[in-house]
Amino acid sequence: MNLETVKQEIEANVPGCAVDMVLNGSPSAQHSLLVDAAHGFAVAQFLRDGAAVRMDYCSNVTGIDWPVKEISTKVKTKKMVDGVEKDVDEVVKTQSGGYLEVVYHLYSVAEREGPVIVRMRTEDRAAGVHLPSLTPLWRSAEYQEREVFDLYGVMFDGHPDLRRLLMWEGFEDFPMRRDYVDPDDYEYEPTAHDEVLQRTREHWSAEDCK
Amino acid sequence: MDEQLKSELRRQGVVATSLQELYNWGRKSSLWPLNFGLACCAIEMIATTMARYDLARFGAEVFRPSPRQADLMIVAGTVTKKMAPQVVRLYNQMPEPKYVISMGACAISGGPFKQGYNVLKGIDRYIPVDVYIPGCPPRPEALIDAFMMLQRKIDAQELTGPNRPRHLNAEMASEFVIPEFGAHDLEPPSNPEVWSAPLVNIEIAGKNEPGNG
Repeated sequence: MNLETVKQEIEANVPGCAVDMVLNGSPSAQHSLLVDAAHGFAVAQFLRDGAAVRMDYCSNVTGIDWPVKEISTKVKTKKMVDGVEKDVDEVVKTQSGGYLEVVYHLYSVAEREGPVIVRMRTEDRAAGVHLPSLTPLWRSAEYQEREVFDLYGVMFDGHPDLRRLLMWEGFEDFPMRRDYVDPDDYEYEPTAHDEVLQRTREHWSAEDCK
Repeated sequence: MDEQLKSELRRQGVVATSLQELYNWGRKSSLWPLNFGLACCAIEMIATTMARYDLARFGAEVFRPSPRQADLMIVAGTVTKKMAPQVVRLYNQMPEPKYVISMGACAISGGPFKQGYNVLKGIDRYIPVDVYIPGCPPRPEALIDAFMMLQRKIDAQELTGPNRPRHLNAEMASEFVIPEFGAHDLEPPSNPEVWSAPLVNIEIAGKNEPGNG
């Protein structure tokens, strides 16, 4: 089944939801569907139970961190300079990212279809990190959503047992986020460079640097 | 006693020995390892005990399921930060004299996971290690070599004097601090009694060696 048809099916059967195609420009051309978080559960339920799609198997749950990124693009505009119209390059700055994303890979064993890739995005990376849990629909998502919570800090509403999986209870950071700073347990590195070298220098006393 | 005289006597059928020799011989010939493995190195450790490599030849065939009966801890595999307190606790529960073999790249330094957030960068941060075996994983021959090295080490121990081993020196600790789970890392991140970061100035290190300009 074409992803475009899946999108139309969703839009026809789940009222009010916003579904976007996220195109993948690589040769694999694995395009995906971006679903708004508010309708995420309803869309997933339709994908599982809808007669035409029947995605009965969730094979993978992935987290992605998109930190805020400033993109500057050059835009050619016409401007009046000294009474003459000229083409001027203008730099337009836009911001992208600033949210966490969860990706689900769905397959239909019954229809031998898949994968249908569904993405959901949180509002931001601080307080609004809530997304609906799809564990009530696909039990296989339970541990993977726990892992995404553990490493990225996405709060899955409706998850039956949202605890840390790999790190311990009481650990406060989310180590797979881009801005995670790992503890400074420095030791000698024979090929230190960049960040490691910077840290190394901080540990040297004035005596060492002679 | 003079070594030459001893071997001369032995040739004549007279066995002369010392208490130290007997004591060390007894201990080195019945090293009982603790039965636990952490990752793929444990598979090599298991292979070492099986018929093909037969660790029993060295008196180490009885892997003990309890730390109270074990003499030797083989840290075989990746020590995650979540696992580290349990490993140190097991070590503390072992009676003296006790020895540690750090098996494989991960147990030595964190190995391929060194730059990760969840792996301890070497078990020697918390407990004293007697023999390190590099490898990923080390072959059974390497583990046997480590065993023989440890046996030589035990054989060379003096029972009296300032160099006597830890278990004969009441002033030295036999238990080590068990790290706790902190908000960002293990607390403490290492035990300064057994480990300190080998601070090496990289910019001058190696410059004095020939061929490094």
